[in-house]
Amino acid sequence: MRAPSAFLWQVTKLLATLALTFIGLLLVTFLIGRIVPVDPVLAVVGDRASQSVYDKAYIELGLDKPLYEQFWIYMTKMVTGDLGQSFLTKKDIADDILRVFPATLELATVGILIGTVLGLPLGVLAAVKKGKLADQLVRVLGLVGYSAPIFWLGLLGLLVFYAKLGWVAGPGRIDIGYEYSVTQTTGLLLIDSAMQGQWDAFRNVVSHIILPASLLGYFSMAYISRMTRSFMLNELAQEYITTARVKGVPEWRIIWIHALRNAAVPLVTVIALSYASLLEGSVLTETVFAWPGLGQYLTNSLQNADMNAVLGGTMVIGVIFVGLNLLSDLLYTLLDPRVRRRG
Amino acid sequence: MTDLLTVQNLRIAFPSRHGPVEVVRGVSFAMGKERLGIVGESGSGKSLTGRAILGLTPPPGKATAEKLEFDGIDLREATRSQWHDIRGERISMVMQDPKFSLNPVMTIGRQLMETYRTHRRSTRAEAHERGLEMLNAVQIRDPDRVMNAYPHELSGGMGQRAMIAMMLVTEPELLIADEPTSALDVTVQIEVLRILDRLVSDRGMGLIFISHDLRLVSSFCDRVLVMYAGQVVEEVKATDLANASHPYTKGLFNCLPRIEGGQRPLPILERDADWAL
Repeated sequence: MRAPSAFLWQVTKLLATLALTFIGLLLVTFLIGRIVPVDPVLAVVGDRASQSVYDKAYIELGLDKPLYEQFWIYMTKMVTGDLGQSFLTKKDIADDILRVFPATLELATVGILIGTVLGLPLGVLAAVKKGKLADQLVRVLGLVGYSAPIFWLGLLGLLVFYAKLGWVAGPGRIDIGYEYSVTQTTGLLLIDSAMQGQWDAFRNVVSHIILPASLLGYFSMAYISRMTRSFMLNELAQEYITTARVKGVPEWRIIWIHALRNAAVPLVTVIALSYASLLEGSVLTETVFAWPGLGQYLTNSLQNADMNAVLGGTMVIGVIFVGLNLLSDLLYTLLDPRVRRRG
Repeated sequence: MTDLLTVQNLRIAFPSRHGPVEVVRGVSFAMGKERLGIVGESGSGKSLTGRAILGLTPPPGKATAEKLEFDGIDLREATRSQWHDIRGERISMVMQDPKFSLNPVMTIGRQLMETYRTHRRSTRAEAHERGLEMLNAVQIRDPDRVMNAYPHELSGGMGQRAMIAMMLVTEPELLIADEPTSALDVTVQIEVLRILDRLVSDRGMGLIFISHDLRLVSSFCDRVLVMYAGQVVEEVKATDLANASHPYTKGLFNCLPRIEGGQRPLPILERDADWAL
């Protein structure tokens, strides 16, 4: 073990980086709020208010103060978790987001699981069978995933699997019949219904989530399989692979243990960023499937010029992004001994 | 002496836009449990020859031969399970640079035990024990630490010793050493060579020593094949190098600097286009 001071230094460095990133994020959202041609005063008082009412609100919102002071106020509010009030719902934005976020979290998590479970082996397969039929098939599958518009695939999926075949439930997270029988503790309906032993409700939730999650999973699969393929090809060309072959190590071990273990290091970042992009609220998917998540909330707020809500949401997304980046950095350290123990 | 390895008319070709390009063009030799050196400059095909013996010609290269036989096994037709019994068990290869030839995310111990457990039915504890013994045999002073170390935590010389340990843990009959010391510091080279030398003698195995260093090869081997442009231009006893007949070998030999009698400038190695024919 190294001296504790080295470790402390590393933690301090990390925290400092985080703080800086966070301040940068705040600055950007703050400036966006000032630049967009939406008058925050009008949003509060309405466009038929008298000049005196307008002026009063103007001062109440602190818009008469210099910009740096406004930024300071904004920053202290954000840090204490006060994201302001929504003009639209008249509720605290923090509460609003807490309400809609579990829906997105649940969808994104199931989506990234599907994407990883499918994408990783397919990418490995494509790399091992480079240039052969299997490789071509995986690449075409990925290409379609990249290029097909998600709303179109979503509508098609609903048409086929919901309307025609009736294999899955339709839009929404859960049938209305079950909606009030499940007490929301985590807000993740799969977990809530399972913990309460309501298996009918659980099946219903699964049946609702499976189609949109598969769709998101398909998109992340396209990306993950492609990156896995290229990382694996890179690893399989390394000298240590020849060493393993010389040693007589069976091919499956060479692929799944030697090469994949090395390819996993950059893959962690790919999967984390992929997950982050799903968490940001897949606006189109949530719209098509009437999924009451962050994406839908943000779209609604944007359409109604509810700038506080938009900025609050942007802030949350930023924090998620930074958090997942941090997580992937930590995993990176765990997976790659060369990064470990560096002072 | 019965031949352990017979190579006849080995050819390795790589496809190119203008048709296949042969980089090894008809190499033949036979060897028993002796020390055979293969020298040549880079690109002469010496490393590819070594890899072809293990059936590891890097794609898209293709190796063909009239005969490629190891202890009566036709290596050209070897099945997967035959290769499993040969690679790492009966023929091993020490690769050039431990920086690249060791898996960076596996400890030395795991990689060392992997060779052993691939070929010997054994418990982890036995394999661990054998690994430690082997690290001792390559004169690593603190084998316990090295077992748990990752490749990047070792110096080049230590890494290469670990590599040798990994390749010899199953006591193969033939070892191919492909430029085993070229990536190391000069001072470390001699140590590693001494270890290799002793292990090869003690275990009485055959050795193919591939190098561009004529002096090294001649002091280390019984017999030397000199390769030029994918062909063996001369086969000569190591002790007879001074009397080599081929002008390329003579040229290589004369290029070596000598301590006594400052010979400046060193003669330039002249190449004759005819040699490559």
